[in-house]
Amino acid sequence: MGEERRGLGRLPLWALGLIPLVLIVVALGALLTVGGDTMGDRRGPPVEDIAVERTVLRPGEIELTLRNVGPEAAKVAQVAVNDAYVDFSADGGEIGPRGSRRLTLDYPWQEGSPLLMTLLTSTGATIEHEVAVAVETPSRDGDLYGLMALLGIYVGVIPVALGMLFLPFVKRVREHWVRWFMALTVGLLGFLAVDAYLEGTEIGEASTGAFGGLQLLFIGAVVAFFALVWLDRFLRGRSERAEGTGTSAFRVSLLIAIGIGLHNLGEGLAIGAAYAIGNLALGAFLVFGFALHNTTEGLAIVAPLAKERRPSLVRLVALGLIAGAPAILGAFIGASIYNPELATLLIGFGIGAIVQVIVQIVPAMRDGAGRALTPATIGGILAGVAVMYATGLLIIA
Amino acid sequence: MAASTFTRGALLSAAAGAGALVLAGAAASRAPAIAGEATHAGMKGHGGGADGPTFRQGGVVDHRANGFNPTEILRDFDWGTTRRLGNGRTLREWTVVAADKDIEVAPGVVYPAWTYNGRVPGPTLRCREGESLRVRFVNGSAHPHTMHFHGFHTAEMDGVAGIGAGLIQPGKSTVYEFDADPFGLHLYHCHAGPLAEHIARGMYGAFIIDPRKGRAEADEMVMVMNGFNTNFDAQGNQIYAVNTIAFHHVNEPVRVARGELIRVYLVNILEYDPINSFHVHGNFFDYFPTGTRLEPSEFTDTVMLGQGQRGILEMRFRTPGLHMFHAHKTEFAELGWMGDFEVVG
Repeated sequence: MGEERRGLGRLPLWALGLIPLVLIVVALGALLTVGGDTMGDRRGPPVEDIAVERTVLRPGEIELTLRNVGPEAAKVAQVAVNDAYVDFSADGGEIGPRGSRRLTLDYPWQEGSPLLMTLLTSTGATIEHEVAVAVETPSRDGDLYGLMALLGIYVGVIPVALGMLFLPFVKRVREHWVRWFMALTVGLLGFLAVDAYLEGTEIGEASTGAFGGLQLLFIGAVVAFFALVWLDRFLRGRSERAEGTGTSAFRVSLLIAIGIGLHNLGEGLAIGAAYAIGNLALGAFLVFGFALHNTTEGLAIVAPLAKERRPSLVRLVALGLIAGAPAILGAFIGASIYNPELATLLIGFGIGAIVQVIVQIVPAMRDGAGRALTPATIGGILAGVAVMYATGLLIIA
Repeated sequence: MAASTFTRGALLSAAAGAGALVLAGAAASRAPAIAGEATHAGMKGHGGGADGPTFRQGGVVDHRANGFNPTEILRDFDWGTTRRLGNGRTLREWTVVAADKDIEVAPGVVYPAWTYNGRVPGPTLRCREGESLRVRFVNGSAHPHTMHFHGFHTAEMDGVAGIGAGLIQPGKSTVYEFDADPFGLHLYHCHAGPLAEHIARGMYGAFIIDPRKGRAEADEMVMVMNGFNTNFDAQGNQIYAVNTIAFHHVNEPVRVARGELIRVYLVNILEYDPINSFHVHGNFFDYFPTGTRLEPSEFTDTVMLGQGQRGILEMRFRTPGLHMFHAHKTEFAELGWMGDFEVVG
């Protein structure tokens, strides 16, 4: 027997949801159109805040991508380079809030010299943008892609594959050594996470902030973390349905590989971007440094496979590519369409993925009594940090 | 078997995903050139900037909206109105009104100026040595102002705060009276505080006292070297010019006749920069500093002036065609203070 409904109780459910929604839309619309008038105008001169998102240097011209990060529309009326007004063309006039504009300046810049650009807006405000050293931006052609692919292979794919060659060694070694290697892996990954965090904050803070800036680092980390958690549950469910218990060790390795792959995406991005602005000498030492640094990642991937039957060669190759190949993609992106906020997001992905992977590995570090942190494993973690730090010093970039 | 299906599936989808991403990246990066962009760089590998500085092509200041045109200011001399006094002397009178006005100082750039008679520089007041002068100053601006003249006058007529009429408040007026003395090229400007801002905002103009016997017949023009600190940081100017509009005489060269005597009344009122200079191409001039002597002190093609310094230049062009004139402080030249004489005949 139902109770007799009175008043609002008589309305169906959908009405209870829809009516407030309609009222909200009406109220917000009224505020937007009329409410502003009741408050009066903002005091003071126009707030103009334009940032330069990207600079591309070609012979005889400078291309700037501008982003309006202020609350009001703004227009760049004239541009001076090194205290001389220059002719320029633009793909539009006034820039709306969050809008972007591309300016191409006609200027005979010299390789290796600094450039100071002054944008003069229609109200006379000036926005300055400096290029410390003018270097021609690599053109996006087959040569660049070939070079970035090679770079990605040298610093991503090959080192990971080499690190994975430790698998037979890890398989034969005794149980408590396996736990030590897992701890070593945790140390390696922890270092990577902190390193990526530091780099991500540097890039995020230097960005224009139009799309959140540093916020994207945390958003990326959270998204990647939970995406991997979901993936883990999904794979666990699938293998449980298929085989009962599921090959959990391979799943851990897979997740580690994905996490490292996302991290390497960020690393490739950094390398490609640095190359594009001439900040990078693609010398043997650089490649050597990165390669040594990244072989430890290969070890991290195979460590969980110690006590399982050896996975097929195809699976091992897949793991290696999943972890290493994203460096190629990262290098492409970094060299061609680099955007600091995009980089921040991708680095955030890497961090979140690595943290999730560490969470995955910790259970495998537990000894018979259920403790993860024994003197041995603590030593392993510290050894991992030390190895990454030492090999990181070799990267003269 | 489920395991190998997973492996194949994983590998294939990973490969497909990676391939799609790469293709997308390649497509995005091969974005077509922006329509409507006409770059000159394609024609000259060195870039158009090698031709010299310029504002953005295709834009010109709206002189009609500004209410004044530098080409007209160049040869505009305000002789005021005259009256014969009882003792036989001439009384010459002007009325000058201070007004706040937004002016377009560069194509697309608006500057909130303070003006005398709605133009920058203010009217060129011209008279003869020995006349009795009376300038009625009306303050139509929202701020207090004065008119301070460079010339002989009493302390009460100096146009500074605290003496004589002092600061003239908005809506009030006063009369500055003094004799035209000494002959030469002088200037007037506002002397209210903060002084740098009152000058920089446009409150200045030339003040010419002809010698009793006059000067030789010539094509006479007034050039007031000024500039605008549009971002108000008082660290230098963003725009430099002669008679306010940068690069104006590149677009509208000063037409002069070959062989004719040209007399330039040159005043430097540039604020925020210590010095300014004037240089002409392919010609030399006699320079009369402050115009207070009838003998030139120099025969040169480049002079340097501090703020408030001025001089008369006399020259004749020997050859026809475009002859550039500009500050020989290159930064000022490239930020607008350059123009051309077009010599015809």
